[in-house]
Amino acid sequence: MYTDKVMDHFTNPRNVGEIKDAAGVGEVGNAKCGDIMRIYLQVENDIITDVKFKTFGCGAAIATSSMVTEMVKGKTLDEALEISNKAVAEALGGLPPAKMHCSNLAADALHEAIKDYIAKKGK
Amino acid sequence: MKRIYFDHSATTPVNREVAESMLEYMTEKYGNPSSVHSFGRETRKAVEEAREKVAALINAAPNEIIFTSGGTEGDNLAIKGVAYGNRKKGNHIITTAIEHHAVLHTCEYLEKQGFTVTYLPVDEHAMISMDDLRNAITDKTILISIMFANNEVGTIQPVKEIGQLAKEKGIYFHTDAVQAVGNCPIDVKELNIDLLTMSGHKFHASKGVGALYVRRGVKVEEIQHGGGHERNMRAGTENVPGIVGLGKAAEIARRDMDEKVVFIKGLRDKIIAGITEKIPHIRLNGHPEMRMPGNVNFSFLYIEGESLLLNLDLKGIAASSGSACTSGSLDPSHVLLSMGLSHEVAHGSLRVSLGRGNTEEEVDFFLAVLPEIVERLRSMSPLYGSAADFKPSNPCSSCHHH
Repeated sequence: MYTDKVMDHFTNPRNVGEIKDAAGVGEVGNAKCGDIMRIYLQVENDIITDVKFKTFGCGAAIATSSMVTEMVKGKTLDEALEISNKAVAEALGGLPPAKMHCSNLAADALHEAIKDYIAKKGK
Repeated sequence: MKRIYFDHSATTPVNREVAESMLEYMTEKYGNPSSVHSFGRETRKAVEEAREKVAALINAAPNEIIFTSGGTEGDNLAIKGVAYGNRKKGNHIITTAIEHHAVLHTCEYLEKQGFTVTYLPVDEHAMISMDDLRNAITDKTILISIMFANNEVGTIQPVKEIGQLAKEKGIYFHTDAVQAVGNCPIDVKELNIDLLTMSGHKFHASKGVGALYVRRGVKVEEIQHGGGHERNMRAGTENVPGIVGLGKAAEIARRDMDEKVVFIKGLRDKIIAGITEKIPHIRLNGHPEMRMPGNVNFSFLYIEGESLLLNLDLKGIAASSGSACTSGSLDPSHVLLSMGLSHEVAHGSLRVSLGRGNTEEEVDFFLAVLPEIVERLRSMSPLYGSAADFKPSNPCSSCHHH
């Protein structure tokens, strides 16, 4: 059902954890549909220097969370905002159609974290 | 890697003796049981012998057994057959919210045909209330269809009391006993059951064969039309190899029942005790006592069932989950939700269903790897990180917080 890459990220997820005093935190999903993703960012000079995640969800949810953290590290905020859920799924070699709707929220969580950073910075 | 099969509620391996009994009826004895020649007569004899064995397993008479293609067909024939056959008497059916979809979807279909259906609720252990059942009965009620044992959480319903009540009220009682037949003793006479569904592949016969017990005198209208097979109740040339195998499986189940139940219960209780001892934040789903010998069902708070299943599979262990992500729908199991579990707790459920082929060593290995997997997934979960703040939207008193 899952590609080898999905299983690799599910089995050995990268960047699991949280960042104390993170510059931005984004959370999406809800427990009702079985997925909650939370992404923590550290930002310096508009560049994402560190990123961590915590996810409650299925195999696809954990793999997409892991993949998005790999994709975004070292990118500028503008570049990070261009990463879509579709791009994350493609980077994993695709996801089963039934998993696209609720599991593929990782980019949304990332965007929420960036918005949170921008909002905090604007204060 | 050694593979461990803990999913016997989904299906069971065909017993080798059963498979061997079937082979003869595919290769050498292949006559159509409706044919008058000797080829036909020998398979007719085999079908009738199988009918006797299946009947003996549940203390029925052979002519009360109708062979079907499995549980779904049996449920359809029982429910639609009684509904259509007794329309003049009434149009009301009582069932439960936790039935298998073969029953629920059949009832929903009948609602579109002008029948009314009451779906009884269940308590936190998936048990119905006899008072609810009594109160649901009207003068239009023609059928009570309540499962013997639940396929997900293993709860065994008060079948004898239901049968007694149905008998007193002159209402037919059907039970979907797909999980129970061959796995716990059943006596349809003692339990006052009018119709009972069974499925071969749940007790070591092959897939694609089952039977419906219909007590003599119960009015059932056929739903499949064609030749006059199975006393006009189920048209279609008999699946002779499947039926022969079903008979053999019934014979073996009857012979080994006592020993099997004791053995499987031992493994079940070891798993329940092991998980309860080793893992915090869990909930045992299903009834603590009135449960199937081979059923274990736990919710592991703060994690999701499919992740748990995938991790177990990576260790070679095959189990099942009521998680939405394993079913292709957004909602987790209707059974767990009907028991009052919140969505987040229901999403983290795991079913282990045991069989005669499982061993103590397999259970030990499972109990050794499960806590690590649960801990690892929890360490990734945003819900667990703030466990102190996290309250399931519909918390349940049985959750174990250590």
